[in-house]
Amino acid sequence: MRIAVYLPLLLSLLAPLGARVMSERCEPRLATWLLTVSALVLGAASTLSLGLLAITGLIRVPLLADLGHWSVHAVQRDDPTHLWVAMIAGLLLGGAVLAVGRMLWTRARSLAAAAQQAACMPAHDGLVVIEDDTPDAYALPGLPGRVVVSTGMLHLLDDGEHDILLAHERAHLAAHHYLFVALAGLGAAANPLLRPLAAAVTYTVERWADERAAAATGDRVRVARTVGKAALAAPHTPGGRLPGHALGILGHRGLPRGAGPVPRRVAALLAPPLRHRPEIAVAAGAVLAVVACSIADATRDLHLLLELIGV
Amino acid sequence: MSATPQGRGPKRANGEREAEILDVLLRADTALTPGEVAERLGGEPTYSTVVTILTRLYAKQLLVRHSRGRAYAYAPVTDEDGFAARRMRSVLEERPDRQAVLARFADGLSPSDADLLRRLLGSDPHQDQ
Repeated sequence: MRIAVYLPLLLSLLAPLGARVMSERCEPRLATWLLTVSALVLGAASTLSLGLLAITGLIRVPLLADLGHWSVHAVQRDDPTHLWVAMIAGLLLGGAVLAVGRMLWTRARSLAAAAQQAACMPAHDGLVVIEDDTPDAYALPGLPGRVVVSTGMLHLLDDGEHDILLAHERAHLAAHHYLFVALAGLGAAANPLLRPLAAAVTYTVERWADERAAAATGDRVRVARTVGKAALAAPHTPGGRLPGHALGILGHRGLPRGAGPVPRRVAALLAPPLRHRPEIAVAAGAVLAVVACSIADATRDLHLLLELIGV
Repeated sequence: MSATPQGRGPKRANGEREAEILDVLLRADTALTPGEVAERLGGEPTYSTVVTILTRLYAKQLLVRHSRGRAYAYAPVTDEDGFAARRMRSVLEERPDRQAVLARFADGLSPSDADLLRRLLGSDPHQDQ
């Protein structure tokens, strides 16, 4: 209870490092899985930690101690956690529960709205073409999802580039990338220290889809050029749509530190493909195993404490 | 955008209202009267606001309507060429969480990213243009 309960919170401080290593050095499909699982496990474990700490505060409240048949004096004697730590943990726990609830609600509603909209769109083979001169293309999740492309984007790209665009967007839908993004976001809502992991997932799903498009067409340089062409023609977006993007991802492959996701995707496609890096998966697995063990240990300690102070 | 007479604030609020009401109509199996829409929204925008917004969406050709009793019942347009889909998208895009749900092929760039990208692609030896 003394140290184990704080480990999930302490290990969350590794999130920027983990996000950088996984998103820039690991093959994107594996990276997406590792980042999403890490965000979920660390988010759940740190919430449990806060809950355990908060309970040590609650059992000192005389009314609750009476209900649970605990001795308030024994708690003060035997519990190593300071009351103020328990109170801060309780406040943070309340914040985490609210943030998770709010995110679940808004994201579920947005996904449902997107699915409804997708169902209303007449499509040929899952593709919807909209009359719009602004170059734009996106995957709209749904059952089934739709790939939406503007005529502006179709005119901008040639036939081979159309295939790349479609392969990229279909990869998003086929691999349910919106779920990875949403689940990693859930972990980050529970624990804001994990935001770099969630931000990295929004990047690695794009890399994953880029590599799928490259595999479908057999030409990574062509995919890089297509992504660059589309991005340069798209209307400028004011910065800050995904402020977490810059977090945890520092200079790599000769790119400046603040480089945005599109230049990083293009640079990754122009460089040789990344290998599978089992050692990164092993390291991430080891961290998560430590987190799971520490939560189990802290829970057992609290159980023993409750037995000890029982009257 | 700068051509709109009113400021950014009220316009955005209207857009979100429109998105909310469009959402309700997309979810419904049948056409809805303004009263039914207001009921499903929990009475937060008043009945008269709902009527105003429905009329506005109808004027934008996003909705079809037919008279039911003394009121009109509204339903989303589903058309062949995706014209309404585009309009609907622009309204629904005002939702705050919307961007997180879409996977865009390539977002717009900041000026420094655009320069960086041109440099990356310019130095590419396979350039074929």
